[in-house]
Amino acid sequence: MPQIGSFTLLLALALAAYSFIAGVFALYRKNDRLIETARRAGIACWAAVTVAAIALVMATFGNDFSVAYIMHHSNRDLPTAYKFAALWSGQEGSLLLWAWLLSTYGLFMRLRYKVDPQLTAYASAIVAAVQVFFLLLINFAAHPFGLVKGTIPPDGNGLNPLLQYPEMVIHPPMLYLGYVGVTAPFAFALGALMMKYPGEKWIHITRRWTMVAWLFLTCGIFLGAHWAYEVLGWGGYWGWDPVENASLLPWLTMTAFLHSVMMQEKRGMLKMWNMWLIFTTFLLAIFGTFLTRSGVVSSVHAFAQSGIGTWFVWFIAICFATCVYVFVRNRETLRSEHRLDSLVSRESSFLFNNLVLLVSCFAVLWGTLFPVLSEWVTGSKVTVGPPFFNRVNVPIGLFLVLLTGVGPLLAWRQTSLDSLRRNFLVPTVLAVVAAIVLIVSGMRPWQDSSHFYSLMAIALSVFVVGTIAGEFWRGGRVIARQQHVSVLNGMVQITRRNTRRYGGYLVHMGVVLVIIGFAGLPFNQDKEQEMGFGDKMQIGHYTLVCQSYTQDDKPNYGSEWAVLDVYKIGKKIDTMYPERRFYKASEQTATIVANRSRLNEDLYLVYTGRNPDTGKPIIKAHVNPLVAWIWIGVHLVLVGTIIAMLPSTRPAKYAVSVKERDAAEAVKQGAVGVSGD
Amino acid sequence: MVIQAGKVSNTLKVETQNSKLRLAQLALVAVMAMSFMGADTDARFSKLGHQLMCMCGCNQILLECNHVGCAYSDRMRNELAAGLERGDSDSLVLQSFIQKYGNTVLAAPTNSGFNIVAWIMPFAVFLAASALAVWLVRMWKSRPVAQPITAPQLPADQLDALRRRAREETEF
Repeated sequence: MPQIGSFTLLLALALAAYSFIAGVFALYRKNDRLIETARRAGIACWAAVTVAAIALVMATFGNDFSVAYIMHHSNRDLPTAYKFAALWSGQEGSLLLWAWLLSTYGLFMRLRYKVDPQLTAYASAIVAAVQVFFLLLINFAAHPFGLVKGTIPPDGNGLNPLLQYPEMVIHPPMLYLGYVGVTAPFAFALGALMMKYPGEKWIHITRRWTMVAWLFLTCGIFLGAHWAYEVLGWGGYWGWDPVENASLLPWLTMTAFLHSVMMQEKRGMLKMWNMWLIFTTFLLAIFGTFLTRSGVVSSVHAFAQSGIGTWFVWFIAICFATCVYVFVRNRETLRSEHRLDSLVSRESSFLFNNLVLLVSCFAVLWGTLFPVLSEWVTGSKVTVGPPFFNRVNVPIGLFLVLLTGVGPLLAWRQTSLDSLRRNFLVPTVLAVVAAIVLIVSGMRPWQDSSHFYSLMAIALSVFVVGTIAGEFWRGGRVIARQQHVSVLNGMVQITRRNTRRYGGYLVHMGVVLVIIGFAGLPFNQDKEQEMGFGDKMQIGHYTLVCQSYTQDDKPNYGSEWAVLDVYKIGKKIDTMYPERRFYKASEQTATIVANRSRLNEDLYLVYTGRNPDTGKPIIKAHVNPLVAWIWIGVHLVLVGTIIAMLPSTRPAKYAVSVKERDAAEAVKQGAVGVSGD
Repeated sequence: MVIQAGKVSNTLKVETQNSKLRLAQLALVAVMAMSFMGADTDARFSKLGHQLMCMCGCNQILLECNHVGCAYSDRMRNELAAGLERGDSDSLVLQSFIQKYGNTVLAAPTNSGFNIVAWIMPFAVFLAASALAVWLVRMWKSRPVAQPITAPQLPADQLDALRRRAREETEF
């Protein structure tokens, strides 16, 4: 297997290099036959990388510990599902996964070349160039099929125990699909700029590819958050670690692009801005990979330090220089076509939305790199942790939530005062009522800044929910009147007719639910206690009673756990089993959290260890309010994104009276707020 | 006299009751003060513990480090509790941690020296970006309105055919 893997990786490099060089030459000489061979070489490259990836997986299943990578990241007793996960648990394997995903994106792009042969030829050459970089890296700097020197050990070191969790089998591939997926819109955008693409078709193609990448990256980020919450056992889901931040950076710029691209589609504005948003997103995705793998910043998630950081620095520099050169040369094709008519318009709301997202992106990048900068300037390193990021990003995030509510209800070009009043009165009243209810319930925003932010987050979320619900209601009612169906049916129909707009609203609704989940953070409680037989612990409304504690031994790990009865107001409501495992091969421990999740709060128990003197388990209990809403919100975001990617159905034609037609026109002009997205 | 004695005895009784009441009030105030002080110490422990990092290399906030057998977090928590028991001020407690573990023990940069740049920069960028946005809006508003081009009128069926073709060619 190692020989097959090594050979196919070299073959893949040769094919990718051919695809790139022949592609560029063919475009320069306008030779269609050569373009076709470059395209086919790109497809063959996918086949070669696929064989290499399969070879590594098969070597893992075959316990071939002569391969250093498998010796370090697998062992004989590792369960089957986690043997797959071994592919991306180390530096070399994860780079191979990256290369395979990139070649798969390239495959889809090249198979669909008839959509626009010329643009796809440019994009194909650019993807091939990126592929060449990663294959060079795999072949010469981080080879996954490197052999063990000296005696081959009988068993491997095993997979990191923190990765032996079902979500870890899908979290990294999702995240990589997002990171790598950014290459496709980058290739189309850069290709369109190179060929001075006439018209706006390229922006539709780019937008769709961006949505795919955004969907995967969102999924990957929140799977990671959920994994951190369920596995790491510290009671939180986001620690502002440099590697977590690295995934957030391209997500923020992609989100900005998905909004500002509408300005280009509808009004022919922000063309240069959009081009640079795509360039920046790609550069940040590569930069994030560099951060994770170079050891520049310290992180618990980072791969082992290696010399591949220099490769990434050069690659980023070359990509940036290429972007600047092509932009300067062809920027005339990106002139705006229209003027802005009013500050109170959809256009300006997009402008501010982009501004806030980009400032947030800068703040995260700045905080992540400040320790390096500080060390360079003062010679002394500092820590930039959660207190910094929360203080800087929470106000920015709240402003963004406000824009989420306001933006979609503003009309293109100009919004009348009457329309503003009509659309915002009810949501504003609802938000004020929500704030009053929260204060009456015991929130004290004037005493504690975290209470203030929490209250603002919930009130603004209510405002956004009000505006979105109003949009669905008004749209559904118009359809219901026209077709004599229920309003709910009307809402479904209007969503199907304009999937992009109403899918977008569902995404916004999901984001709001996530924000509501975050708003519970200041009210978290935790308590740690040693718990022998019959011992009790009181936390929040809950009383925990230890029924027993025991241990077990399995081939892959040994474990010990406690059995805790949970009482609420004197009534037994559950039994929970927090556990700790000791993985034999890697000689590392991992906690298996017991989490009782409800809509109002999570009861989250961690078996932190045993008191060596008494032998009794030490249990840490957390009560985390509203966390479940984060995961519900994420599901809604994903559903909304998928709906937004589906094509809209065309409305059925039917006869309407003059009165109904006028009413529908009025709705189009203002009552529903805006014309369709 | 009896009446007077009765009055004295009543007065004494009232005074005894008052002093008992005062004692009870004093005890209540003392208990409340003690409990509030305890609550205050707990709150300070939590506040300061969230401003410090665990130095074991886990990159976690001190009070959130949950490593089994972590060589640092328990010791650091005890040091924090001892500092609060001694009655040290917040800044003194943080200073003693910096002296012992270095600047990286603080979870966020301080507001002094070069570190202040960390705090100022995001807001400076926000202001600069807002100024840029306002300038852009003004520039766009002042841009001359494009005049519509007078195109020859096409028959409706030809126009429909052209529209259909444009739609088909731009679908992906």
